[in-house]
Formats: sequence, structure tokens, C-alpha cells
Amino acid sequence: MQWEVGSALNIASILAVVIVIAAMLIWVERRLLGFWQDRLGPNRVGPFGLLQVVADMIKIFTKEDWIPPFADRFSFVLAPTIIMIVILFSFSVVPFAPGVGIVDSNIGVLFVLAMASLGAYSVMLGGLSSDNKYALLGSLRAAAQMVSYEVFMGISLLGVVALAGSFNLREIVVAQEGGWFVVPQFIGFIIFLIAGIAESHRLPFDIPEAEQEICAGYHTEYSGMKFGMFFVGEYLGLVLISSLITVLFFGGWQGPLLPPLVWFFIKASCFIAFFILLRAAIPRPRYDQLMSYGWLFLLPLSLINLLITGAVILLAN
Amino acid sequence: MTELFYSGAVVAVIATLLVIVQTNVVHALIYLVLSLLSVAVVFFSLGAPFVAILEAIVYAGAIMVLFLFVVMMLNLGQRSRDQEKDWLPARTWFVPSVLAAVLLMQLTASFPSAQTQIKEIGARAVSELLFGPYVLAVELASFLLLAGLVSAYHIAKKS
Repeated sequence: MQWEVGSALNIASILAVVIVIAAMLIWVERRLLGFWQDRLGPNRVGPFGLLQVVADMIKIFTKEDWIPPFADRFSFVLAPTIIMIVILFSFSVVPFAPGVGIVDSNIGVLFVLAMASLGAYSVMLGGLSSDNKYALLGSLRAAAQMVSYEVFMGISLLGVVALAGSFNLREIVVAQEGGWFVVPQFIGFIIFLIAGIAESHRLPFDIPEAEQEICAGYHTEYSGMKFGMFFVGEYLGLVLISSLITVLFFGGWQGPLLPPLVWFFIKASCFIAFFILLRAAIPRPRYDQLMSYGWLFLLPLSLINLLITGAVILLAN
Repeated sequence: MTELFYSGAVVAVIATLLVIVQTNVVHALIYLVLSLLSVAVVFFSLGAPFVAILEAIVYAGAIMVLFLFVVMMLNLGQRSRDQEKDWLPARTWFVPSVLAAVLLMQLTASFPSAQTQIKEIGARAVSELLFGPYVLAVELASFLLLAGLVSAYHIAKKS
């Protein structure tokens, strides 16, 4: 086995690392939140509370995995698997370093967008099949939110695609050798960042779950490992969005001195930490505020950004 | 690529059949999504990755989500399932199956040999065609979409 794109070793290690990191983030997030809110966070199990994740996992695996009798079994079981599958699929096109990645697809960016839009089914089916008022409200919100923010997410990426002249994520990274795309595409970066949080429905945009208003939203009826899949899926989404921002706007693995994988890891970790900081710092907007902000502000802004980018590229040629 | 084509095609046919047979609307929608995704796989295996991914984004990812969104608010229960059962008794299957079989035979007769040479058409080639010789069609399609948008706005407007 060789260390090249698409080898079995590559696939296995990327899968393992991504899932372990996503699970570890449960602990990282709680520790960081504790740090920012001037308290300790989980620090009892193992050194610095590191084994907290293991304890959580044991608890979640041994809990009763209950399907409510009034739920629609088929879609109830299907829903949590969808989110895990689509996000892990998205990782297949992410170029982590030269030679490290699963597929070098010419439609990489579009593939990620397609998987993000399929992810909407997870929350929708989860809420719909639960046959519960709160769950239904949550999944209605989730559907509207994800369908809307998908649009701006796609348009905000087009500037980068136009600059790099390719949908291939690896070529996009290589095209940033002269300078990161965050400089010419700063507006695109901001829109992608906001849309990314909305797509992975994390705080402050966790309106589909919003436990203060609608119980736990779409996963109200879920327990045991099915809930665990939604939970880990959210962290996987966080890792994915951070990796994508790194790849699309911050030069991916490129950087002086340190090996490429380390650079990728550092950049992606910064964004993960930033997302957690956002959670600690910003309150949740109201549902209608979120929607009108998206359609009336982000959509025109992303279209103007695309227009100007296109004009500048045409003038430069 | 041939195996990919046939597996995609088989899944598409089975999933589409299940869409028709299902009495539960949500299950039927899930199978429809599966069917669209497998059609995307078929497109991909025929050398059209751009069309394949657009099929996944637009049809499976956006239009079907809206379908599901509407179904969610209708709150269809056991009553609609019974109604669906009434609408599709065994005897209605006979004539359509015969007609479909005739059509299938004609199709297989008219394509005696499958083309094996597949040329991959990337995103760039498709867009050059769209904004080159077919730009008029693109403009017309966008007119149509704009008309739909304006009328939707008009209907939804508070009077």
C-alpha cells in the first residue's frame, strides 16, 4: 500500500481520524466553553477530563435505543444515518495534503454542495417520522433554513471557483500558491462562514433544535446511538465546514516550514475554535430574522460579489 | 463504468417501482429521491459528471426537499394511506404492464448494440455550450423562472 490519493490506507486513516476528531470535539467544545465562561468544564475523567468522551460513548452505546410506537419506523431509523453518510461522503473530496485525500474529483465543490443539500433530509425525516409537535416544528425550521442557506453557500463559492478556474478542490488549493483567496474573496468567505454555520445548524443558528423553545427540535424522540449519530454528525459537520474554509479560502495545506498535514490541522483547528467561540458569544436570532437576513441581505450580497469577481476577472484577461 | 451503469439503472428501476407501489407518501418520496440519485449515477457512468451532480443538487437536493416540506405540513395519516390503496388495486396493473412491456420490447429492438465509447464532458464544456450556441434557451428559461418568481411573490403578498 502506498501513500497516494485514494489508497486503502488513505481512506481508512482519514475515516478514523475524522470520526475520532469529531468525537473528541464534544470534550474540546465543553472545555473551551468552560474556559470562555470562566468555569472548569469536564475535568474529572482521566487527565484534563480527556476520557470524558469515552465515558460519554459508553453511556450512549449502552442506553436503551427506543423507537416510539407512534413513530414511522422506516424513516425514523433512516434519518440519523443520512447525516453521518452525507457528511462522511463530503470528506471524500477534501484534499488534506499532497497525496492525502480520497478522490480527486473534477466536480469536488459541487459534490460537497450536493451532499449538503441531501443532509437536509436527515433533519426533515427525523422530525417528520417522530410524529411529535416539537419535532415537526424543528424540522420545518430546519428545512427552510437549510434550503435557503444552501443557495448562498453555493453562490459564495462561485467566486473562488471562478478565480481558480476549476471545481476541483485540490486545484483550488494549488491555485492559492500566490495568495490565499480570502483576500480577493473576503465577502465570499464571510457568506460561506455564515451559511456554513447555518447548514450544520450549530449555535447561534441552531434554530431547528433550540431547546429553550421547542424541546430538542427534530431529535426530541431520539435516544441512544441514534441520538448519538445526530450529535456526532453535527460535530462532523463542524469539522467539514472548517476543512472546507481552510481549503477554499486559506490555502489548504500550504504554509512554510511545517509539513502540509500540520498546516491543514492548525488552520482547520482555528476555525473549529472560532465556531465554538461564536457559540459562546452570540445569542440565537429569531427564526424570521434568520430567514429575512438570509434572503434580503446575504443573497444580494453574494450575487454582487459574484458579479464583481466576474467583471474583475474579465478585465484582468 | 458498465457495472456502474447497470447497478445505477437497476436501482433506479426498482426505486421508481417502489415510488408507485408505496402507500405512505413519505416513503414514496424517499424512494423518489433514491431514484433520482441513481439516475444521477447513470448520467455519471455515461460520461456526464456535471449533469449528474446537478441532478443530485437540483432534483434530489432542492425540489424533493420542497415536496417533503409540503407533505410535512399536510399531516397525512392513515386515511391517505387507505385512499392510496383504493386507487391502486391489482386489476389496474394489467393494461399498463402490457403497454410498458411492448414499449420495452420496442426500445430493446431499436438499440441493438450499445455504444461502448464514452467521452467525458466536463463542466467547462457544458457551460461553453450553454453560453455559446444555446444562450437563447438559457435566457428563455430564466424568463420562465422569473415569471414564476414574480407570480409566487404576487400570490404570497399580504393584501
